[in-house]
Amino acid sequence: MTSPVATASDRSAPTSSGTSGSAPRLRTPRRRHSADRPRRSVLLTVLTSLVLLYSLVPLVWLAISATKTQEGLSRSAGLWFDGDFALWDNITETFTYDDGVFTRWLLNTLLYVGLGAGGATFLAVLGGYALAKFDFPGRRSVFAVVIGAVAVPGTALAVPTFLMFSKMGLTNTPWAVIVPSLISPFGLYLMWVFATEAIPTELMEAARIDGAGELRTFFRVALPLLAPGVVTVLLFTMVATWNNYFLPLVMLKDPDWYPLTLGLNSWNQQAATAGGEAVFNLVVTGSLITILPLIAAFLLLQKYWQSGLAAGSVKE
Amino acid sequence: MTTLQPPAAAEPRPAPPPVRRDRRSWTGWGFLGPFVAVFALVFLAPLAYSVYLSLFRDQLIGGTTFVGLDNYAEALKDDRFWASLGRVSLFLAVQVPIMLGIALLVALALDSGRLYGRDFFRISIFLPYAVPAVVATLMWGFMYGTRFGLVGDINGALGVSLPDPLSPDLVLASIGNIVTWEFVGYNMLIFYSALRVVPHSLYEAAQIDGAGQIRVITAIKLPAIRGALVIATIFSIIGSFQLFNEPSILQPLARNAITTDYTPNYYTYALSFNGQQHNYSATVAIVMGLITMVIAYAVQLRGMRKGV
Repeated sequence: MTSPVATASDRSAPTSSGTSGSAPRLRTPRRRHSADRPRRSVLLTVLTSLVLLYSLVPLVWLAISATKTQEGLSRSAGLWFDGDFALWDNITETFTYDDGVFTRWLLNTLLYVGLGAGGATFLAVLGGYALAKFDFPGRRSVFAVVIGAVAVPGTALAVPTFLMFSKMGLTNTPWAVIVPSLISPFGLYLMWVFATEAIPTELMEAARIDGAGELRTFFRVALPLLAPGVVTVLLFTMVATWNNYFLPLVMLKDPDWYPLTLGLNSWNQQAATAGGEAVFNLVVTGSLITILPLIAAFLLLQKYWQSGLAAGSVKE
Repeated sequence: MTTLQPPAAAEPRPAPPPVRRDRRSWTGWGFLGPFVAVFALVFLAPLAYSVYLSLFRDQLIGGTTFVGLDNYAEALKDDRFWASLGRVSLFLAVQVPIMLGIALLVALALDSGRLYGRDFFRISIFLPYAVPAVVATLMWGFMYGTRFGLVGDINGALGVSLPDPLSPDLVLASIGNIVTWEFVGYNMLIFYSALRVVPHSLYEAAQIDGAGQIRVITAIKLPAIRGALVIATIFSIIGSFQLFNEPSILQPLARNAITTDYTPNYYTYALSFNGQQHNYSATVAIVMGLITMVIAYAVQLRGMRKGV
């Protein structure tokens, strides 16, 4: 996610015109609001607030709806509370309904995220470090192949992967979800760009001269410098695994191995099946419980992932 | 898509002296090896297997036989496939410009420093990205519903009758709205991150030269983040062509409007898992993959050209 095109020539033009424009500066009285600290605009804030409302209203709707009973959902207005405040009942019922299958889905999701996103981040960090800091044959073609593969539609891979995994006896096991999650081309790219910026080659040379092996140099010198990049990649692979729907849909038959996304959808569709019980209040409450951990992670770690992303954009 | 690599000029240091090269080549692969090994297992092998599958056909009599490019010929004549491709193309032409346009405007507003509460805006607008597509679709599906949705509320409160967002005429736009909601913040963040690293001295210089805000945006900011714009566009194109989650989850709510061949991805999924036509499914998926790559590559070439 960088701007590989903006080269030095893009920049030099305005800069040079700035140099020639330094004379008028002497005559201009110093402005209170410079380019760095412009005047705040109420109009612009109001306009941007429209996008803010668009982004937040559905989440507010979800939070309010989670306080309603099944009947309350259809009885009351969407954006205000119903007479009955059923949030705690809904949460209890979500976790206990159908022998606590939601808890099982939550644990499955944690397993997939832990191994899938954790592993994907680890592989991306190692690979990105290699691409950024070592010169080896095939270095450029590796990335060309990886990025080219991103354009391949999910189903083009899902069907043959399913058939392959089915022959290997992996379908309907957690591995069928975890193994494909281990590859994050975006993570590799971000780590490559980040490692190029963040690790001074001199530091690695110094460590080697001091007698550190390659692994020790990586873990003791490089890894600490890569921390914001690692957090960024981890968050984005976490979102990808936590939110994954298509891969488990293809790979898993047994509801006991479902992640939350698949489970919630099965609850929702239950109402449409013959004799199925409508549990929309649980779908809504379960949805809220599903998104809270990720939103919390983004809010708590924003300092790290934002600097990681910004560093990813520095590459020119 | 090789040109997505940062240009060679971007390497921070000249190539290391040749003396070290032998030792380094081995070490680099040591770190990259695990990624490449898993990548080969979950990307390259299925891809090769997919091509292999597309050359065969399951016959009722005679079992699996080699049919060469027959499946491809069938796909090129398949009206259902072309209809689904037309649908996602229309989606792409309307939804992606709207989404990226809003994302760019918000990113420019954030970057201008003229907003009150900038950080609050940035993080709040980004939040929907953390919501799974399943949850986003279920949520919007409920809100679209006239029974306990917001549309029903608006109709009741204002005494109007808004058209049903899940009707065949409107459901594509309703899906577009869900996708826009999910990804506006993500794209905004990509653009904003790119804008943050444009040196502020450029703005000072432009201001002294008498350039207004609009001129600064068109002459400095947009060219500086062109790479981010191109990459966001490419990812959005790929995303549109791969559309599956939103229509498939909305399907039970909009049975008449959304068929199992609604998008190319949905079609290949249905072919394979409902119809057991694995070979033909693989063929359609490959054709779709090729179309996606060609268009993404064309956009990239055009976008990267100077002075567009």
